Amino acid sequence: MTTQTHLLAIDRLCAGYGDFQALFDISLTLDEGETVAVIGSNGAGKSTFLRSLAGQIKNQASAITFRGQPIGDLAANQVIARGIALVPEGRKLFPSLTVEENLQIGGYSKRPGPWTLARIYQLFPVLEKLRKRPGTALSGGQQQMVAIGRGLMANPHLLLCDEISLGLAPTTIKDIYAALPSIKADGTTVILVEQDINQALSVCDRFYCLQEGRVSLTGRPGDVDKAQIKAAYFGV
Amino acid sequence: MEWLNTLLQGMLLGGLYAMFAVGLSLMFGIMRLVNIAHGDFIVLASYLALMVVNHLGFSPLASLVIVVPVMFCLGYLLQRGLLNRTLGQDILPPLLVTFGLSIIVQNVLLQFFSADSQKLSQGDLEVASVGFGSLNVGIMPLMVFASALLIIGGLQLLFYKTALGRAFRATSDDQQTARLMGVNNAHIFGLAMALAMAVVSIAGVFLAIRTSFDPTVGPARLLYGFEAVIIGGLGSLWGTLAGGVILGIAQALGAKIDPGWQILAGHLVFLLILVVRPRGLFPRSVD
Repeated sequence: MTTQTHLLAIDRLCAGYGDFQALFDISLTLDEGETVAVIGSNGAGKSTFLRSLAGQIKNQASAITFRGQPIGDLAANQVIARGIALVPEGRKLFPSLTVEENLQIGGYSKRPGPWTLARIYQLFPVLEKLRKRPGTALSGGQQQMVAIGRGLMANPHLLLCDEISLGLAPTTIKDIYAALPSIKADGTTVILVEQDINQALSVCDRFYCLQEGRVSLTGRPGDVDKAQIKAAYFGV
Repeated sequence: MEWLNTLLQGMLLGGLYAMFAVGLSLMFGIMRLVNIAHGDFIVLASYLALMVVNHLGFSPLASLVIVVPVMFCLGYLLQRGLLNRTLGQDILPPLLVTFGLSIIVQNVLLQFFSADSQKLSQGDLEVASVGFGSLNVGIMPLMVFASALLIIGGLQLLFYKTALGRAFRATSDDQQTARLMGVNNAHIFGLAMALAMAVVSIAGVFLAIRTSFDPTVGPARLLYGFEAVIIGGLGSLWGTLAGGVILGIAQALGAKIDPGWQILAGHLVFLLILVVRPRGLFPRSVD
């Protein structure tokens, strides 16, 4: 298969910060409509991987091909214009903006598509009542809903979610993951980065496990047993 | 009644100081840039207006039609071409570069226009006044104050009612995340500087109508601008207006007591407010 047929093709991606290299020769492909989980322990390189995809860390252009175009060397504001949106770790809502404004700025790149304010409020009804509040005055779970909604407002082909369950109560995590089928229903492809293996494997079509910046295991959740995942996750 | 008149004159003068300050507030609020050359850009706008008046025969106020767009473009190009390169974690490079710019602007003006004092004349409008009971208020000071209100009101609308305004505020909060939303920071910073320079040019023309100017008066305008911003509280536009008004009233009252006290009274009130409210009167809640 050529890379043209994949939504996303990553070819020997290496990335890091200054002298520190966090990712080594990561290669993977992703097709339209798939949900792929990237799991791994702290420091495995998961966030670096997503930040590279979102243009926060620049690379060689050819390392990342998206819809047939090399995008590895584009800046973050150019990447989102191509249709890749990142829901960053720690949510990173804008404190001076209200909930609604936080959602609106997600659509700054004016990409056409199904996601509008009304659709986001349909997906997360609780946000409509809170729309005039400052984004950061909400509970952690509600803030995470705003962050996901903000990502969707860009009408992305590919939504990158970095640790969306981190620090949230189990019931809240359930509520947030309940939105995933609606997101996928519109054909949005999703990459989930998670430390919570069970959560990630329960919703994904395929997974990649990272360990010390390299892919240590990949497959479909049903095809591998727990011992294999444990070994790939912890390196034991 | 005489004191009331003094208060009123001070308040109207505050409108001009607020205009000096708004540009500083915008630049610092959005990109954390302290522009030491701000006062010199005010004077540069005054000289630009002088050229338009002398060569094209415009009245000073009509010269704004040319001066404002020219300064807007100059601001954008200056930011994209030079100042964006100085911005980063360290606050020192932009300070040094704008300090250098201040010296360059002063010396270029000196070279081309000499050290002679200049003034723009708006004719009868300068001495025209309207009466409120036993008070007479000059039309020009009223126009200056009304312009300050319009500018700040307009900026407030831009910031809180438009997509560009959201991008300004988001960039001010978190540049990295704003980029993730598709905001091109370099462009946003260019626009912020362009807006600041557009306001500067209006202030420069009003200054030149109100008083005489020469190439070296910029730094004092910068100081008044800084004082107004800090009295009002960083990041708050209406606070900046309040800061300008307080400074204007302090100077007017000082001058009323003794003409030599005008500037000193302004500085003393500034110091007093800095001691009592170090973050200014209306600080932004999120910093």
